Amino acid sequence: MLGDYSLTDLSSIFVMQGFAGLILFSVYTLMALGLAIIFGQMGVINMAHGEFMILGAYMTYLCSGFFQTHLPALFPAYFFVAMALAFVASGALGMLVEWALIRHLYKRPLDTLLATWGLSLILQQAYRTIFGPREVGVELPSWLIGSVQVTDTIEIPINGMFVMAITLLITAGVALLMYRSRFGAQVRAVVQNRPMAGAVGIDTEKVDRLTFGLGCGIAGIAGSAFTMVGSTGPTSGQLYIVDTFLIVVFGGAASLLGTIASAFSISQTQSTLEFFLSGSTAKVITLLAVVGILMLRPQGLFTLKVRR
Amino acid sequence: MTRAPSSTVHDNPFMKPMEWISLALLVAVIFLVLPMLLDAFRLNLVGKYLTYSFVALGLVICWGFGGILSLGQGVFFGLGGYLMAMYLKLEASSVENTKIQSTPGIPDFMDWNQITELPWFWKPFTSLPFTLLAVIVVPAFFAFVIGTAMFRRRVGGTYFAIITQAIAAILTILIVGQQGYTGGINGITDLRTLHGWDIRTDRAHNILYFVNGGLLVACILFAQYVKRSKLGRILVAMRDKEDRVRFSGYQVASFKTFAFCLAAVFAAIGGAMFTLQVGFMSPSFVGIVPSIEMVIYAAVGGRLSLFGAVWGTLLVNWAKTTFSESFPELWLFGLGGLFILVVLAFPNGLAGIYRTYVEPRLTRRVKALEPAPAVALPHAAE
Repeated sequence: MLGDYSLTDLSSIFVMQGFAGLILFSVYTLMALGLAIIFGQMGVINMAHGEFMILGAYMTYLCSGFFQTHLPALFPAYFFVAMALAFVASGALGMLVEWALIRHLYKRPLDTLLATWGLSLILQQAYRTIFGPREVGVELPSWLIGSVQVTDTIEIPINGMFVMAITLLITAGVALLMYRSRFGAQVRAVVQNRPMAGAVGIDTEKVDRLTFGLGCGIAGIAGSAFTMVGSTGPTSGQLYIVDTFLIVVFGGAASLLGTIASAFSISQTQSTLEFFLSGSTAKVITLLAVVGILMLRPQGLFTLKVRR
Repeated sequence: MTRAPSSTVHDNPFMKPMEWISLALLVAVIFLVLPMLLDAFRLNLVGKYLTYSFVALGLVICWGFGGILSLGQGVFFGLGGYLMAMYLKLEASSVENTKIQSTPGIPDFMDWNQITELPWFWKPFTSLPFTLLAVIVVPAFFAFVIGTAMFRRRVGGTYFAIITQAIAAILTILIVGQQGYTGGINGITDLRTLHGWDIRTDRAHNILYFVNGGLLVACILFAQYVKRSKLGRILVAMRDKEDRVRFSGYQVASFKTFAFCLAAVFAAIGGAMFTLQVGFMSPSFVGIVPSIEMVIYAAVGGRLSLFGAVWGTLLVNWAKTTFSESFPELWLFGLGGLFILVVLAFPNGLAGIYRTYVEPRLTRRVKALEPAPAVALPHAAE
């Protein structure tokens, strides 16, 4: 399998595939971050997470169209507006869903799974009705197109670097929010001991709603970033949902560090294997390995001690 | 609590009168009403729905009684279906039928994928008894391995649901990816005969429909037997207070594994019958989406009711066929809304509605017919 490549070829393959893996890692991390916050905080399985992501992607698509026709001068910067809009739209929808649906089901986690699946079907059909069944892509501003030539054999696409930079920023932002702000302290208090947190005066319902909105909003940003590396269709969200759940479970729920570590290991394994084997075999081996490890270590890579 | 255990056993007939009536109703509808009302095409369609109701029945035991939500029942449905399809495909690809291929005597999709010899795991499926055995044993074994690995480490609830879902995803990707061995995305098609008996005629569809119905009733009775046995009670106890059951000295993991295996076997029987009734098997019945849809059948019918699960399956599928024929766009809205409505408003499904609204009235009627005591019932006026 390795015989046909020279050493320099191999090292550039590893760098290039490693980089492709990093882009996958970025998208996975962004998606899994939102899910990990929601799952870790409330034990709620949000099967519609992929659809929140796609909402962000469609927002970006609309924004790109709007800027192209009405504000061509500002087109190079539209992406930042789109991202903010994606966050707000997905976050607002998330809070609405929490209020209408999720809060009635906190005592029945398995039922939230079914209800949010129903929600995802409805959203998918809504996207299909509004945006049509075909996949749409966004027009990238010129400064995001092209790649940086590092050596003769290694070149790195700019849009990939941009996605990675965004991931880095968002992750740092979430870490700051969760571990350095008053809101983060409240969230962590509710995770560790809900009745006690309520007793010291934290409005747990409000914290739940904001956390759910935050998780969905981050999914929206993930979708926005996703438009730069792939096209968006009504069912794109479903393609990623299982991987994302596995990442969260594999990393150990309620642990941001674990989520990042598991997103990293899963995406790197998959993209490296993808080069040598067919795409589907690589995926099967990766998923099987994750399920196998989870059977041996069900609590995931990193765990947080929680009093229940 | 004060009653002696022996007296409860005496007061515990195999089925209550109402349950006998439900069974009689179901049998009458499946064996008399539907065959009389429907043409051959529609009846075959109902036959297909009946094969799904095996899965829903398994879910009632595993999810309703045992509290284990599996989102991977499609895996077992698919396994049963594929194992049966392998036998049928081998019978359909005799040397005579496939002489235009570059390698005659192997299934056509293998020939298209430049495979020149029958793979080893296909070879035993030339035998019908082996196939029938495999349809039961392979899914049961698979469920046993998954169940033992998970339940012994006390993985349950949402984690179990996610992992079974991942397994469904893995199996689908595997089947689609290994085209030469599995027929890929198209599945195994062009099935012709079962041990020499042509399964494509209307008459064969009809007979298979009745076989389906018979097997379903047998499975319901077996499930009822499990439900009222001590085992069934332990399952329910475990669902409600797992720790107490564990502290009482029961091996919780073994009971859960049993429920999961039984559900898997039911699903596999359904899958095998599906292949026979419909005449093909494809990965679109294995993955995440069909697996979750199968859960909604049980949820709509009532996750605690064996009969409810069958009615739920028939109803949801009937609605699906009707809606997607006339308003294909509305169907996903309807299905999604159904998920939300059932979970939010009617967690016990149709059976729950029946139990809360219909049954009290019925029993009141029955009581009214009996020589009533002189004191009027206080609730009668409401």
